[in-house]
Amino acid sequence: MEISGVLSRRNMPDEIGGFDLSPGHSEEEAHVLAVDDSLVDRKVIERLLKISSCKVTAVDSGRRALQFLGLDEEKNSAALDGLKVDLIITDYCMPGMTGYELLKKIKESSTFRETPVVIMSSENILTRIDRCLEEGAEDFIVKPVKLSDVKRLKDYMTREDRDGNEGRGINKRKLGEACDVSPSFSSSPPSISSSSSSWSAPSSPTSLDSPTRRLKTSTCD
Amino acid sequence: MDGVVQLQRQLLDYTALLFQEGFLNDQFTQLQQLQDETNPDFVVEVVSLFFEDSERLLNELANTLDQQSIDFRKVDSHVHQLKGSSSSIGAQRVQNVCIAFRNFCDAQNTEGCLKCLQQVKNEYSLVKNKLETLFKLEQQILAAGGSIPM
Repeated sequence: MEISGVLSRRNMPDEIGGFDLSPGHSEEEAHVLAVDDSLVDRKVIERLLKISSCKVTAVDSGRRALQFLGLDEEKNSAALDGLKVDLIITDYCMPGMTGYELLKKIKESSTFRETPVVIMSSENILTRIDRCLEEGAEDFIVKPVKLSDVKRLKDYMTREDRDGNEGRGINKRKLGEACDVSPSFSSSPPSISSSSSSWSAPSSPTSLDSPTRRLKTSTCD
Repeated sequence: MDGVVQLQRQLLDYTALLFQEGFLNDQFTQLQQLQDETNPDFVVEVVSLFFEDSERLLNELANTLDQQSIDFRKVDSHVHQLKGSSSSIGAQRVQNVCIAFRNFCDAQNTEGCLKCLQQVKNEYSLVKNKLETLFKLEQQILAAGGSIPM
């Protein structure tokens, strides 16, 4: 695959397979790294981001994301020069490395720990959401991703630059809708119904810490 | 231009029917809204990916459920993927069967799973058919010099 000039770096191999780069990286436009093993979802998120004036790099696994960021264990190189990543958006359930594991690795890195990471998941599981937020995710989007979700991300992408940790919104849009909880071979209480309209939780994730709302996590923890 | 107007009406009616019958939901509309002059084939492209992906998954499901000792985790994983992609394009009925399918996986209910496999194959086949008809109508409109109504 063709790699754009922005990736020129002595330690980078000539070709990295599996990357989909949008050409002509510009300094003004936000650059988003999207991670999803689903081809359909990658295509959709890519379009959603581009239509929201973002540059997009879409990869199909956590491993490839780490390679792209220069955080892969196999490489000794530090982050790539001139590579600006303004947001990382990743699916939660992926084979190999989950989005949660990817999130942790990013937060452990000195170069990218300040980069906002957003988790996407088709499953609306509060323990999962909590865990991601506690690990430092900026937001959690329930799939399918809509244009309004991406527009919201853009808002706090710019706010992040100025205000640091402000604007920790949580997309609870889907809380009231019927969704399968996927209790992973054991029974679990059904999903909690609450207001289905979007709301912003207070910045502390402990507001979600109600015992009755805890649900068993699904197979891909 | 009478022919074009008629085709456009046909398309609108057909699309409305698909929504009414639950084949498609709002997510499909979302995708249509992402299509424009710079990306005129976006919906067809995404849906084509969905078709390829689904056919692969349906084959895998048939194989996995055909084994002597069924690996329900594997079945669940395939269904999860199918549920995800059908949800992403708004194929509501396929998505719904996947939800039921996953419950049977959790219960390790072989018969239930086999029934769901048949059901999801049917629903997939139906929505594929309907979407292909929809795209054909769009092509006819464009060929007649008209534009796709939204």
